Amino acid sequence: MDLFEYQGKQYFARFDIPVSPGGAADTVDEAVKVANASGFPVVLKAQVQVGGRGKAGGIKLANDADEVRFHAGNILGMDIKGHVVKRLWVEHASDIAEEYYASYTLDRSAKKHLLMLSAQGGVDIEEVAAKDPTAIVKLHIDPVDGITETTARQAAIDARIPAKAVDGVAKILVQLYRCFTEGDCDLAEINPLILKPTGEVHALDAKVSLDDNAAFRHPEWEEYRATEELDAREQLARTHDLQYIGLEGSVGIIANGAGLAMSTLDVVNQVGGKAANFLDIGGGANADVMAAALEVINFDKEVKSIFINIFGGITRGEEVAKGIVEALSRVDLRAPIVIRLDGTNAEQGREILAKAGIPESKLMSKPTMLEAAKAAVALANGK
Amino acid sequence: MAIFVNRNTKVIVQGLTGGQGKYHGLRNKAYGTQVVGGVTPGKGGTDVEGIPVFDTVAEAVKATGADASFIAVPPKAASAAILEAAAAGIRFIVCITEGIPAQDEAKVYNTLVRDYPNTRLLGPNCPGIISPGKCNIGITAGEIAELPSTSKKNVGIVSRSGTLTYQALYELKQRGIGVSTCVGIGGDPVPGTNFIDCLREFQADPETHAIIMIGEIGGSAEEEAADFIKANVTKPMSAYIAGVTAPAGKKMGHAGAIVSGGKGTAQGKMDALRAAGVKVGQNPTEAGTLMAEIIATLS
Repeated sequence: MDLFEYQGKQYFARFDIPVSPGGAADTVDEAVKVANASGFPVVLKAQVQVGGRGKAGGIKLANDADEVRFHAGNILGMDIKGHVVKRLWVEHASDIAEEYYASYTLDRSAKKHLLMLSAQGGVDIEEVAAKDPTAIVKLHIDPVDGITETTARQAAIDARIPAKAVDGVAKILVQLYRCFTEGDCDLAEINPLILKPTGEVHALDAKVSLDDNAAFRHPEWEEYRATEELDAREQLARTHDLQYIGLEGSVGIIANGAGLAMSTLDVVNQVGGKAANFLDIGGGANADVMAAALEVINFDKEVKSIFINIFGGITRGEEVAKGIVEALSRVDLRAPIVIRLDGTNAEQGREILAKAGIPESKLMSKPTMLEAAKAAVALANGK
Repeated sequence: MAIFVNRNTKVIVQGLTGGQGKYHGLRNKAYGTQVVGGVTPGKGGTDVEGIPVFDTVAEAVKATGADASFIAVPPKAASAAILEAAAAGIRFIVCITEGIPAQDEAKVYNTLVRDYPNTRLLGPNCPGIISPGKCNIGITAGEIAELPSTSKKNVGIVSRSGTLTYQALYELKQRGIGVSTCVGIGGDPVPGTNFIDCLREFQADPETHAIIMIGEIGGSAEEEAADFIKANVTKPMSAYIAGVTAPAGKKMGHAGAIVSGGKGTAQGKMDALRAAGVKVGQNPTEAGTLMAEIIATLS
């Protein structure tokens, strides 16, 4: 789960990482209130999870309440690359002497944590990497040992951070590591990490991505869930606890297993169609789960055909077929289904489907993934 | 021959008294696997359909001589269970648990490397391993795995995805091609065993004549495997990579299946494997067909 900047800053603050005084605002009046409390001048920042919001006019400086009103009125409701701004982050504007970059991720290849640190912050780090790779220090950290202040200091020196900022940067690197590990982040990034003319170092931006698998030990993440940017389909899927990702196509997909679901999307694409979604209903396929999945697919007005791709392993074909027949009796579908049922006892399963008395215009069975995909795509294209 | 496990592998099930552990543990036993014990803290002295249950892995190992463990416990308890097994001298651990935090996985992996270099972890979030006719640890349906042949050529399978592993087994079964061992390495960001570990074993295994590899988007394990194949694998291979059409920045069901910053795409992985001489199929069935062609030329 990706956090908005304001949430990232609030998360940072939990780990004592210094951020500017400020607050979130959903209306012009709230923005003025936060600005007054933070102290002028202030910066108003659109809270959207997309890059380039500064260029789009989503970040503005305001010197007094009138300017806050003007800019807040403009930015709230603004469309930035398809993301509508519903919330602002308003904070005291910092004087900036220098801008750095710091982040922690997991290096899957090395199976260690990776610190990236650069004295060239405030710009896209990919650009820095392309232009001058030596400007970025990359340090692997053994997750068992963690990072010490000494190691962090050395990294700062190696990154050619000026001497006056080394202590401040090292301290934040240790705090950010705690946030990354104890806070169960996939990514914890500060860009820019700034040095003020007065000598303090602090986080001017926050990019935090949380590991959903760790949600069980973070009850405080509940509030982040509430603001997650999901489309209506994804929201409905979440209420049913389904692994669903909304896409743009017209073939609704239901498969058992993440790999098979991904593969189903690919095969639909291969035969000239486009999937409307990714949906993994897991190993089994009982009637309740199948009915919930069909309900979510049916909610999507773009869906013109539904491709159910099931491979029976331990879950036998006849059990899957019974589940589908029962689910169909509960959900009134707009689009026809093409099903491919394979694996253990697939024959018996297909027989159950054939004998269920469902007309072929509503349910069609195909023996292979490729044939089923072709049929589903033909239906979706009105053929 | 087989890789990692064989007829003599003695398995304990950590979490044998739980729903998943009991169901799959008993299925593994029914398949012919030597399931010699179970571990559930506080339930030592009881049994599950005749399989003795112990309080700790150490006690189970002492009493049964087990050398492998099948871990089927919830994500909260999985890290501790893995380390307990390693500390008790288990040499092969299969962890099917899905949903372990990545930070825990990274810590466990590096602890194993440092303190228990002789222990191999398969998973987490994997279907397990099956050497048809010899040993089945995990959730694979044994009946879809074709027995290896003594007179014909056999295939080794290594895969990141559960259902696609079954699909691969099934493709081979339908064509009557035997399987030496099928390893599901799992879809998480820090797998204990990777493609290269399995490819190295398959290359050395006299019963394996060709290899199918099934990858998916995210990370660079397939690209690293391609480098390894180029330098070290002489046995013919076919492959399939899932997720060609997956949108960037989304975790596609598996925690590790994500294209980020333009890296980890299916296309990049397929290109790397093709460059290493692997025949890459556009879908799982095609990977099976390509393997059938390979086997035909070997026989």
